[in-house]
Amino acid sequence: MDGDMESLWPQIEPLLAQVTKPARYIGGELGAQQVEHRPDVVSWLLVYPDSYEVGLPNQGLQILYEILNERRDAAAERSYAPWVDMEAAMRSAGVPLFSVEGHLPAAGFDVLAFNLSAELVYTNVLNLIDLAGLPVRATDRTADDTIVMAGGHATFNPEPLADFVDVFVLGDGEEVVGEINDVLAAHRCGPARAVGDPDRRGALLRDLSRVPGVYVPSCYEVAYDDDGRLAGVTPRFADTPARVEKRTIADLGSWPYPRQQLVPLIEVVHDRLNVELFRGCTRGCRFCQAGMITRPVRERPAEQVRTMVSAGLERTGYDEVALTSLSSADYSGIEETVGGIIDDPACSGQVSVSLPSLRVDAFTVGTAAQIQRVRRTGLTFAPEGGTWRMRQVINKLIREEDLYAAVDAAFSQGWKRVKLYFLIGLPTETDEDTLGIVALAKQCVAIGKRYHNSVSVTASVGGFVPKVQTPFQWFGQNTIEELTRKVHLLRDAARPVRGLTIRWHDPKATAAEGIVSRGDRRMGAVIEHVWRHGGTFQEWSEYFDLGLWTAALEAQGMTLEDAVYRHRTEHEVLPWDHISAGLHKDFLWQDWKDALAEHGLPDCRWTPCYDCGACTGYGVEHVVASAVPPAGGSQGTGQDLSSGGQVPVRFLSTAPSGAAPADRSGGSTPAMAGEGRG
Amino acid sequence: MRIRFRFSKLGKIRFTSQRDVARMWERALRRARMPLAYTEGFSPRPQLSFGLALPTGAESLAEYVDVALDPDRAETTGVDLATLPAALNALLPEGLEIEEAVLVERSKESLQQIVTSCSWTMRLVGPTRDELSTSVDALLAAPTVIITRERKGREELDDLRPSVLALAVADAEADLAVDPTGRTVGLVAELSTQPRGVRPVELLRGLIAVSAPAAHDTIDGPADSGRPGSTPVLDRACRTQQWIERDGLRREPLLGRVVPVGTDRAQHAMERAS
Repeated sequence: MDGDMESLWPQIEPLLAQVTKPARYIGGELGAQQVEHRPDVVSWLLVYPDSYEVGLPNQGLQILYEILNERRDAAAERSYAPWVDMEAAMRSAGVPLFSVEGHLPAAGFDVLAFNLSAELVYTNVLNLIDLAGLPVRATDRTADDTIVMAGGHATFNPEPLADFVDVFVLGDGEEVVGEINDVLAAHRCGPARAVGDPDRRGALLRDLSRVPGVYVPSCYEVAYDDDGRLAGVTPRFADTPARVEKRTIADLGSWPYPRQQLVPLIEVVHDRLNVELFRGCTRGCRFCQAGMITRPVRERPAEQVRTMVSAGLERTGYDEVALTSLSSADYSGIEETVGGIIDDPACSGQVSVSLPSLRVDAFTVGTAAQIQRVRRTGLTFAPEGGTWRMRQVINKLIREEDLYAAVDAAFSQGWKRVKLYFLIGLPTETDEDTLGIVALAKQCVAIGKRYHNSVSVTASVGGFVPKVQTPFQWFGQNTIEELTRKVHLLRDAARPVRGLTIRWHDPKATAAEGIVSRGDRRMGAVIEHVWRHGGTFQEWSEYFDLGLWTAALEAQGMTLEDAVYRHRTEHEVLPWDHISAGLHKDFLWQDWKDALAEHGLPDCRWTPCYDCGACTGYGVEHVVASAVPPAGGSQGTGQDLSSGGQVPVRFLSTAPSGAAPADRSGGSTPAMAGEGRG
Repeated sequence: MRIRFRFSKLGKIRFTSQRDVARMWERALRRARMPLAYTEGFSPRPQLSFGLALPTGAESLAEYVDVALDPDRAETTGVDLATLPAALNALLPEGLEIEEAVLVERSKESLQQIVTSCSWTMRLVGPTRDELSTSVDALLAAPTVIITRERKGREELDDLRPSVLALAVADAEADLAVDPTGRTVGLVAELSTQPRGVRPVELLRGLIAVSAPAAHDTIDGPADSGRPGSTPVLDRACRTQQWIERDGLRREPLLGRVVPVGTDRAQHAMERAS
């Protein structure tokens, strides 16, 4: 930035008396950095396009915040989407988007970098660019306007936002953020800027497009065929990559971040110390985009986990630590790690450990007992599918007895409330599969009644949205009517079951998520239409409005049928074909065929490689301390893990002997605990 | 065993809620490795007891918190009251600052129960000094001052007058209430906390009721309508004292039958005996 930005605090302060939760806008978190902006320093505003409470805990943003601020030639501040009342107050007082640390105007920064973790925040991204005072469309920005960047999981189909974002960054950000800063620093102090070259913005963007992992939409041409179908997205320049590959850090142990996790003054979601156990997951759940795009598995060394936990608790004063990953029970030596934290004398027996995203088949009753020693956090199990057939299709190979044993362990350890997560609208799903959800949940209630007079089981049901870079990317999403019918089926079947509650995600919101998830560049006009008609905070049910989305589609001559419900075909050009998460398209297609054939696929971290491309393409490999899978459940008993390779294994659909739910002795029977899912 | 702290809440942190402040205290006390007493049950929490909640947005020079210690662990680790305020101040966020800490007996009533009134200074935007003075006189002279108050989400009518123990336009010397920009007018008040505490905005509502009874609904509006003679808007409010009135004496909650900082129990007992 050019050094002459002034704090907007005197204009912001009078607004705070009028708005809800004014402390969202004051900064002052433990770990917040007061940076100095100088002409030779690249200034970054890292923006989470949702409310402060949702955005502040985001670990990706915090990691980049620290890495940038450790550099002498970079300075990073943070911003979050002002809540609707504050936005109205800001617009009426002429106050632009500002940073929470220095209360500096967003448009004074060199870079506005958005974290995109979900699709329904896209309209907020447009709103924040506008609130910053920048042109919403990238083509309208002039030479020295702030560069708008975006990273995060949702960037694996960047096309719907390609009209608004100058630069996308794919994959792990730890290394590439420094390379981008180098390019920005060179241009900031370079001759083109000094002589006022009118094409200096284009030159900067072109230089950025040559950084591996960086996608600059304006460097690509989009072609459509006579039927209006996408024909291809191709580079405009010889030195622009035809296919942009994601970045992958080889060793998580080299990046022990965040070192100074932010501790907010107000309560936020996930308000606790978070330590990342490992990145990536190769369980291979076919619906799970996070698992597909973050391969391979890279574990953090156990010693580093211990150090980060003890130093983090000491520094923050938190009394809860979450050991995070996409499937925390798969971490080598998870029991020792959890037990070590709870028994650490420095924790005075008052620190609880939570393990979000646990599989029921990889967690022992011993650890279930461990985690409730301090305080009993919420317990969530995620079978995802109601029948074994369904779970083979989605490759979530949890047997009924795994789930029942886990639930039994939980109830026997004193829990009285259990939450189950399911998806509906999965490929090949029949009503028998849907109703299997109630059958499973009903059995869980019955197990609970053995231990307590009154138990509560909640089955939380979400509509499935096919995600890009997964084997289900070709699948036509269920219609709103079909999802609603399935919800009613579940509701009616569950009504007579005392102790069972069904909760469901609004099928209309599922449809809207589907609109943006797999769209091509033309979807940008739809997003802009929704935003211009007041559609912000669309992931919040009180502001979500499907009518805005369908009207926007109609205005662009598009339909839900084509954009969301249509099955994609094998040889169709997909809007994200020029973006790579490392996975070969033929691997994904084969996995899609396997899914339809109800074939499961074992986890490649403990079995031979399938050559999905994530390791071989990037010269990286799994970093796993244990060569064997965790004990318990289907991983320890029923599966033939010796096979792999070309021919997928058909798993046993009946229980092996000796694994009855009542047998909870020893450490080999599964249980699961946690509060969330991958 | 309990420790009672008196602390201030000033600056940007005034926009945090009472509940936020409680969590800041919990984290600071854990970082200081205080031998805290925890509640029983499946979700144990440190036993902290704050007095009357300070409205979000208000500052204070007189906040109190009682922190219960685990007697066994306190015995082993020891707690140095003389160094404790400085140690904790280094761990509390900017804007929260402990002034004093004393030991209080476990059986003593909670702060919530014993505090009878609070002193406030306020800065108002809108009226001139003379106009405010007229409103203050009118309120003090009125037998009843009926205002709408929100209680458990419902609006109800209530008489404010018995809760206003003292009210005056601030002297130029009362610098807490005087705005250096001259944009605002200062007000000082003592407001009863029994049976219900009065919030500064409710006092303002009373002042508006006695001068312009129809203007109720505009007082929480934007603070930038600074025209002389317009409806008063609260710019800043600061609680300056909390009082315990008993047997005709008004006492500050850290005093009374408690052990002052830096003296041990035996010495204090001697002082009382002498």
